[in-house]
Amino acid sequence: MSTIEVAGKTYETDEEGYLVNLSDWNKDVAEYIAKTENVEMTEQHWEVINFLREYFEEYQIAPAVRVLTKAIGKKLGADKGNSEYLYGLFPYGPGKQACKIAGLPKPTGCV
Amino acid sequence: MSDVKKFMFVNRKAPYGTIYALESLEVVLITAAFDQDVSLVFLDDGVYQLKKGQQTKGIETKNFSPAYRALEGYDIEKLYVEKESMEARGLSEEDLLVDVTVLGRAEMGELMDQQDVVLSF
Amino acid sequence: MLHIINKSPLMNSALDSCLRVAPSGDILLIEDAVYAATTGNAFESKMQEAMKRFKIHVLQPDLEARGLGDRIIAGIMPVDYGGFVELTTTNNNCQSWL
Repeated sequence: MSTIEVAGKTYETDEEGYLVNLSDWNKDVAEYIAKTENVEMTEQHWEVINFLREYFEEYQIAPAVRVLTKAIGKKLGADKGNSEYLYGLFPYGPGKQACKIAGLPKPTGCV
Repeated sequence: MSDVKKFMFVNRKAPYGTIYALESLEVVLITAAFDQDVSLVFLDDGVYQLKKGQQTKGIETKNFSPAYRALEGYDIEKLYVEKESMEARGLSEEDLLVDVTVLGRAEMGELMDQQDVVLSF
Repeated sequence: MLHIINKSPLMNSALDSCLRVAPSGDILLIEDAVYAATTGNAFESKMQEAMKRFKIHVLQPDLEARGLGDRIIAGIMPVDYGGFVELTTTNNNCQSWL
């Protein structure tokens, strides 16, 4: 078990840096995790993060990359629902990396 | 494509009492990545996995039932419930949280026979 | 005596065996056994019979987890965790039918 400290508060993470308690998540924590991943958060990043949070809220799972890509395309348009765009925002994968920043567990089936 | 096989997941256990239902769901979600022809079957107490209105706060366990509604997004759209199992539990299609095809036991047996791989949970 | 059952009546013989062997007392249905307390279940007629000999209780949180909190057979008593503990203390002994 590891911890991170953000704005004077301590949060538990697993050994890969995913939040242990999903309810711990807030925008400051997201910004902090993004920084450790060398991701500069922009409006486009937040769009994906917020989408992931909504998806998880509804289905209680983190979507597989393929499913996320398709669903983003449906909601935000085809220019965003493709791998180039999503990997451009999150180089280590819209599943793995974006889920970590969104405070979700690693997607099922993501190695 | 000739390398697409028919996979069937047979779910016969109620949720929460044992880990089978959740394990099956996780394997199904992973299998979806391999673009196979996947069917899910709910027999016996497995029908209870799809019951609407599950509230797990009181038993401090994750409610994984909303994930069945995500299956469509994973292109898993073949969900079958055995009529006899459903009726023996006082349930009807309106009690289920996803759209399913209800089959009698004979049709279910035939469908099973047509599969290349059957995984039982 | 308190009999505790945690297996579904349609998938396992624990509840059947308990009803066959035990003469009377309290029965508490928990985990997958809570399905036995629901209306329309194929086991319902056996429960109706059993209610003549036993006081039957069902653990409400387990019923709610399974989306069946509103389908208890009339006469079966829902209990919370406090009620569960109370049943174990008011009875001299208790058996879990595993």
